[in-house]
Amino acid sequence: MYMNTNTRIVSPEFDFIQPKTLAEAFSLLEEHGATAKLLAGGTDLLVQMKMERQQPSHVISLAKVKELEGIKAGDGLTIGATTSISAISKSAPVKARYAALREACNAYSTVSVMLMGTIGGNLCNASPAADTAPALLVHDASVILKTAKATRKVPLKDFFTGPGKTVMQPGEILTAIELPEPARGSGSAFLKISRVVADISQVCAAVMLVRDGDKITDCRIALGSVGPTPVRMKHAVGALIGQRGTPEAFDAAAEIVARDITPITDVRATEKYRRHVARIIVRDALLTAWQRAAEGAAK
Amino acid sequence: MKKHTVRFSLNGTPREITVNANELLLNVTREQEKLTGTKYGCGIGECGACTVHVDGRPTLSCLQLAVAVDGAEVVTIEGLAKGRELDPLQKSFLDNNAVQCGYCTPGMIMIGRNLLDENPNPTEEEVRTHMRGQLCRCTGYASITKAVMGAGKCATGDFKIPAE
Repeated sequence: MYMNTNTRIVSPEFDFIQPKTLAEAFSLLEEHGATAKLLAGGTDLLVQMKMERQQPSHVISLAKVKELEGIKAGDGLTIGATTSISAISKSAPVKARYAALREACNAYSTVSVMLMGTIGGNLCNASPAADTAPALLVHDASVILKTAKATRKVPLKDFFTGPGKTVMQPGEILTAIELPEPARGSGSAFLKISRVVADISQVCAAVMLVRDGDKITDCRIALGSVGPTPVRMKHAVGALIGQRGTPEAFDAAAEIVARDITPITDVRATEKYRRHVARIIVRDALLTAWQRAAEGAAK
Repeated sequence: MKKHTVRFSLNGTPREITVNANELLLNVTREQEKLTGTKYGCGIGECGACTVHVDGRPTLSCLQLAVAVDGAEVVTIEGLAKGRELDPLQKSFLDNNAVQCGYCTPGMIMIGRNLLDENPNPTEEEVRTHMRGQLCRCTGYASITKAVMGAGKCATGDFKIPAE
C-alpha cells in the first residue's frame, strides 16, 4: 500500500454494467475488450482500483449471473465461480470429502471477506498466497474457461503463470471449478501460518495422501506464498509414493519441500522463516492427512 | 462517467438515489444519507469498522459499490434499534462497558448481530473466531467478547434511547 493512497474512495472512473446471463457477459467482454474488468466479490479488485493498479474502463459485475453460483455434487464436485468462500466452507459435500478445501476456506481472512469473496475471484486474482489454490491443487481441480464460442478445461496446476498472471485469454470467463471424486482411502489437510488468523498467509500448505494399509499409494503436496505461484511439489511426492506412512517418511518429505520451494523475503516473512515453517506445516499436514485416510478407510 | 439510479431499502425505508459508478456504499451512507454510525477505518477490508448488512449478509461497505446494492436491503447500525428500544446486543455493550473510544463499535455490533442470529449462545472461542475481522485499537476485546456472549441475557433489559 502506498503511503499516499486514499483508501476512502475509488478514484478511477469507469462504467458499471451488471449482466443477468453469461451470454450477456460474454458480449459485454467482447465489446469492451481488454480494458474491462470482471467484478465478483470485489475484495481484491476494489482494493487494487483504490491503489490505481487497476483502472478499468468498464466494470462488469457477475453478481446477477446466477448460473455462475452454487455447488453441484455428483461424481466429484463442481463449484460455480462466484460461489462465496463462506458457502464452500459450509457445504456438506465439501465437509464430507474435501477436508483440505474446507480448512482452506475456514482459514480464509475474515467472516465478511469469506461472505463477499468468491472462489473464482480468489483464483483469477492469482495471488501466490491464495488460500484456496493449494487445497484445490491437492484435490486435483481443473478450471472451466469459457468464451462465447468455446470451452476449455485447464488443470489448475497449469493455470497460474506468475503473480497476478494466469493462462486466461481476453474474452474468457472462469465459470467453474471441477474436482474429481477423491480416491478410496484418501485423506487431505490444509495448514496456514500467518501473523494473526485473519492475515494473508506467510506460508500455507495442503496435502493429500492415498493409503493402502500402511503404504502410501498416491500423494499430492502443494504450497502457497513460497514462490511466484501456488506450486505443487514433485520431488517430495516422489519420495513418499510406495513408502510406508511413518513419521520419519513424512519428516524426510517435508525436508525436501523446504529445500525445493523458492520463497522470498518480503513484508510478511523472511525466506529463512518461510522455509522453516513450510517444513513443519507440511509434516503436520501429512500426519493429519494420513490419520484421516485411515478413518476414511474404516468407514 | 454515467450516473446510476439506485433503488434500495435503507434501514427499512425505500430510497432512490443517484450515484456515480465509483461511489462506495460507505460514503453514500455517511455523506448522502447522513448516517454516520458506519465508520471508515482502513478502506481495504482489514478492520471491519465499515460493516453493514446487505440482504442480511455482513458486508464491508468500503469495498461495496453503491450502484451494486440496487434492489437490496441495507441495514446499518442506525437500523438495529426498534424505535427507542435498543437491540439486545446494543444493551449488552452498554451493560458490559464494551465501548472505549467507540470507533469500532458499530462494526463490532453488526458482525456480532450476525453471529447471534446464527448462534444465539456462542462460546468465547466462537465469538473470537467470528469477530476476527473487527479491529479495536483500544484493545477492549475482553469486554466486547463478554458483551456478545451475554447478549442473550440482555433481551429483557429496559434501556431506552433517551428522548431528544
